[in-house]
Amino acid sequence: MELIWDGLVKAFEILINLDPEVIEVCWLTLKVSGTATLISVLIGVPLGCLLALGRFPGRTFLVSLANFGMGLPPVVVGLWVSIFLWRSGPFGNLGIIYTPAAMIIAQAIIASPLVVSFTLAAVQQISPRLRLHLLALGANRRQLLWSLIKEARLGLLAAVMAGFGGVISEVGASQMVGGNIKGETRVLTTATVMEVSKGNFDIAIALSVILLILAYGITALLTSLQQRRSNYE
Amino acid sequence: MVFRKTKYLSLAILVVFLFSLAGCASGGDVEKKTDIILATTTSTQDSGLLDELLPVFEEQSGYKVKTIAVGTGAALTMGEKGEADVLLVHAPADEKKLVDAGIGINYQLVMHNDFVIIGPANDPAGIKGTATAAEALKKIAETGSLFVSRGDDSGTHKMEKKLWTAAGVTPEVGSSYQETGQGMGQTLTVAEQNKGYTLTDRATYLAQKKNLTLEIMVEGEKSLLNIYHVMQVNPEKFSEDIATKMNPEGAKAFVEFMVDDETQEIISQFGVDKYGEPLFYADAGKNEADLGK
Repeated sequence: MELIWDGLVKAFEILINLDPEVIEVCWLTLKVSGTATLISVLIGVPLGCLLALGRFPGRTFLVSLANFGMGLPPVVVGLWVSIFLWRSGPFGNLGIIYTPAAMIIAQAIIASPLVVSFTLAAVQQISPRLRLHLLALGANRRQLLWSLIKEARLGLLAAVMAGFGGVISEVGASQMVGGNIKGETRVLTTATVMEVSKGNFDIAIALSVILLILAYGITALLTSLQQRRSNYE
Repeated sequence: MVFRKTKYLSLAILVVFLFSLAGCASGGDVEKKTDIILATTTSTQDSGLLDELLPVFEEQSGYKVKTIAVGTGAALTMGEKGEADVLLVHAPADEKKLVDAGIGINYQLVMHNDFVIIGPANDPAGIKGTATAAEALKKIAETGSLFVSRGDDSGTHKMEKKLWTAAGVTPEVGSSYQETGQGMGQTLTVAEQNKGYTLTDRATYLAQKKNLTLEIMVEGEKSLLNIYHVMQVNPEKFSEDIATKMNPEGAKAFVEFMVDDETQEIISQFGVDKYGEPLFYADAGKNEADLGK
């Protein structure tokens, strides 16, 4: 109990003092995971819609890939992205290994299958009758798609939260492609592992509390968006 | 079809995004030559020494050091593959292979500390004060007492294996010999929780002492020296593709920094105010055979 109490006290101290190193780590965590989630949504939502509404050969196979991607171990993603980005790798020329850009790429790869699968499930679940109703009311293709997306709002926001949750909590890939470099690629998760390694359990607990608060804050916002009652309910 | 349009649009946005990220991360295919990649070990980073030295180096030289702290095996491999510019490690037998191959150049002794065998206060194997580490390990094996190993091919693990060989024992993984496959910090936690013996470097032990009830059982023997060297990775040993991405000038500056008088002074004072004793002994310029005398 003492350990937990020490950690909570430390967390409080860090937040009150606005420890610049911790602020930097928090900001980087939000930037990297936020950007990765955004990219995964930009790829994932259209892809999910395509898989849900389209009918083409190989569709079921692609769906199975998306579902499989949800269980893809982040550490495996980290290893493979590293191999590609190392100096000896095919993309070594980009020089982005051990930079936030590499972390964003790895995290986007981890989050995208989550977003695709959740979007697919949310859109595919919409009654086909609704589609017919909308078309009967004279909706054009763009209006149709937008109405369906609004209808699937619950599932789509769950998709965004799943993607975000998956990457803000991720440590293996971030450590491998980022290197946990102070001031450059150190995020809350990799910093926590390092503090545990150093035996600074109070700091580690403090960082984990801060991470939980951050993750909850974002998720609470998204939840309110998801659960907002529309004018017609 | 509108579905295809949204897919292409998002793909286009993604491509633009990625290129802009790559662009802002570095200058394209010419890595900023102010960056040096230093491959070192987790225990070196965990000691906190680099947090003290690197800001001094960066201010003096204008270079930016990207410290990648990994297991010794990984650090040496990074050197072998040219993924790092300079190495700071403590596994002399394996470092020798790199130096002999011409990959490690400007190989300099920096500092040392020592390993200690720690264990539960009640000392079930009765090894406290044993003269040599090898003898102590033999007793641990004979009494079937729990020994926790790093099992990760690190400098510490290699030292441990050397000692088992000297003891004439081949430990087998089982209930009395556990391998954590992790860094020293985590291994100490496991040893503490399971009340076992383990081999650790003194610096990590001192830093973690507040979390431990385990005590030092065996120390001070010459075979327990933990010796740190620094070396540049030689660009000439790699393809042009990789060599152009390396920063040999920065690496040289770092090596010179580690052995200069001011830095050596910082090293010899490091840890004194916090632990009452230094965590490292500065050795630049000395003959390795003279260490520990």
